[in-house]
Amino acid sequence: MKDSSRSLSIVALMSLGLGVYSKQSKSLPANALRPPGALEEQDFLSACLRCGLCVRDCPFDTLGLAKSGDDINVGTPYFKAREVPCEMCDDIPCVVACPSGALDKSLTNIDDARMGLAVLFDQENCLNYQGLRCDVCYRVCPAINQAITLEHRPNERTGKHAMFIPTVNSDHCTGCGKCEYACVLEEAAIKIFPLTLVAGKADDHYRMGWEEKQQHGSSLVAPDQQHLYNLPSGQSYDYDKEGLIFEENSSGAAQ
Amino acid sequence: MSPNAHPGQEAIIANGWFQANRWLISRRLSQITILVLFLLGPWFGWWLVKGNLSSSLTLGILPLTDPFVLLQSLASGHWPETASIIGALIVISFYLIVGGRAYCAWVCPVNLVTDAAFWLRERLGLGGASSLSRKTRYWLLGATLIMPVVSGQIIWELVNPVSMLHRGLIFGIGFAWVILLAVFIFDLFVTRRGWCSHLCPMGAFYSLLGTHNLVRVRADNRAACNDCLDCYRVCPEQQVIRTVLKDAEKGIGPVIDAPNCTNCGRCIDVCAPNVFHMGLRFNNKVSVETSHLDRPNHSSGVEVL
Ligand code: SF4
Ligand code: SF4
Ligand code: SF4
Repeated sequence: MKDSSRSLSIVALMSLGLGVYSKQSKSLPANALRPPGALEEQDFLSACLRCGLCVRDCPFDTLGLAKSGDDINVGTPYFKAREVPCEMCDDIPCVVACPSGALDKSLTNIDDARMGLAVLFDQENCLNYQGLRCDVCYRVCPAINQAITLEHRPNERTGKHAMFIPTVNSDHCTGCGKCEYACVLEEAAIKIFPLTLVAGKADDHYRMGWEEKQQHGSSLVAPDQQHLYNLPSGQSYDYDKEGLIFEENSSGAAQ
Repeated sequence: MSPNAHPGQEAIIANGWFQANRWLISRRLSQITILVLFLLGPWFGWWLVKGNLSSSLTLGILPLTDPFVLLQSLASGHWPETASIIGALIVISFYLIVGGRAYCAWVCPVNLVTDAAFWLRERLGLGGASSLSRKTRYWLLGATLIMPVVSGQIIWELVNPVSMLHRGLIFGIGFAWVILLAVFIFDLFVTRRGWCSHLCPMGAFYSLLGTHNLVRVRADNRAACNDCLDCYRVCPEQQVIRTVLKDAEKGIGPVIDAPNCTNCGRCIDVCAPNVFHMGLRFNNKVSVETSHLDRPNHSSGVEVL
């Protein structure tokens, strides 16, 4: 009995220590990205066997296994976009290699991968925001003109040119990291962050009127009916066509 | 000190050096070959085996998965992909044949570390074993399987010296050598055979696979025992030998069938009168020739740690 209570307390102490340590090791640095198809982080930590088969089958040596001492859960695969980005292989060998399901086999089209999300967060340093035509991130993006588009904006400094603002569209960004890797600045102005850090989420009950209307074929709110505008005399409102109408001979007509 | 300063000395004289070391040599060869197979890829680009002991793929077709890590993953709430389940079943079947803890003696890389610590401990004559219970590992095994249930992630693998060392050698070790150093120091100064025979939950897990396995060390020739105690001194799990060797009168059969026998075969090596041999678990009957009821029993003074 004495023996087992001794063992039990040793084990309890070790477990407590481990418990605390494991809480800490759940955190993932913002620049460490998981391979394509990785489950959501908590599930990933429960699924990944730390075998490194994904690492071995990545033809570009993008992936590495965290060593103890790295601030990443030890033995799990990750990559850092600024060091080696993911080349988005069509056959996704890393996912195919994974024996555990930590990388989800239901990912078969690499364009559906969401390893993270690019954010052009430093507008003060991005060259395009200065009115120059760097465009490098836009050009290297495998989903060019979809994940990153160039939005025009007047250049108020020169007064006569346009600025071409690289704009990330989260619908298409896979988080491959080619933009962050290629950004010409000493420190990239555009970076990939884990979705948990940067992706917003609309409340489930939000409905966009125009989308609902399109789905439904017509407006879902009460059928169009005459609005009861409180208009000055001599004015009326044509709901279907012209909008505000100033009636002729009216004293309140156009200024 | 025990009767012989160097266990196995008599066996070398009686049977020759090779005969008295063949199991140890084969075991080292096995441990090193497995390690080298995994290292051929990263070192020379010959990818016969990819991955590590947690999960691997050999020649592109044979998946092998450590059932212990898979069980931790299951406990944390993940239903694994078929490949790793098949891999684990293959591994389980293998150890059901060769003996659960054969993993510890023939495969596990940490055994090289703890055997080195043990060797040094004996050389330096360090005694003073702490009285850690050998059952502690089963408590720890329980903890390693409960922690994932509570926390939803695999926890033991954060510190498991076995996967740390093996993965470390193949993928880069980082600071994991600190853990291995701790194991070495623990075995050297604190508890004789401390890690592998008292604490390691992985060994505890594999011992459970060994409760019914096929291959077993047998002491069919136990009547020839001359009580030199060499087998006790080299055995990492001494408690498994005693009754089989000494209690033939009480109807105990000649098969060492305790799950914690690692099938390392070192007792076979060091025994000058060749009491032990590797065999199967069947036919565990007390035969007439082996029960020497008239032999004086010298085993009463044996200290089983
Ligand atoms: S998709 Fe290709 S480049 Fe990207 S991580 Fe997987 S194997 Fe490596
Ligand atoms: S292949 Fe799967 S289980 Fe193995 S390290 Fe990569 S993600 Fe983890
Ligand atoms: S590569 Fe860098 S500097 Fe160039 S446009 Fe993109 S974010 Fe700006």
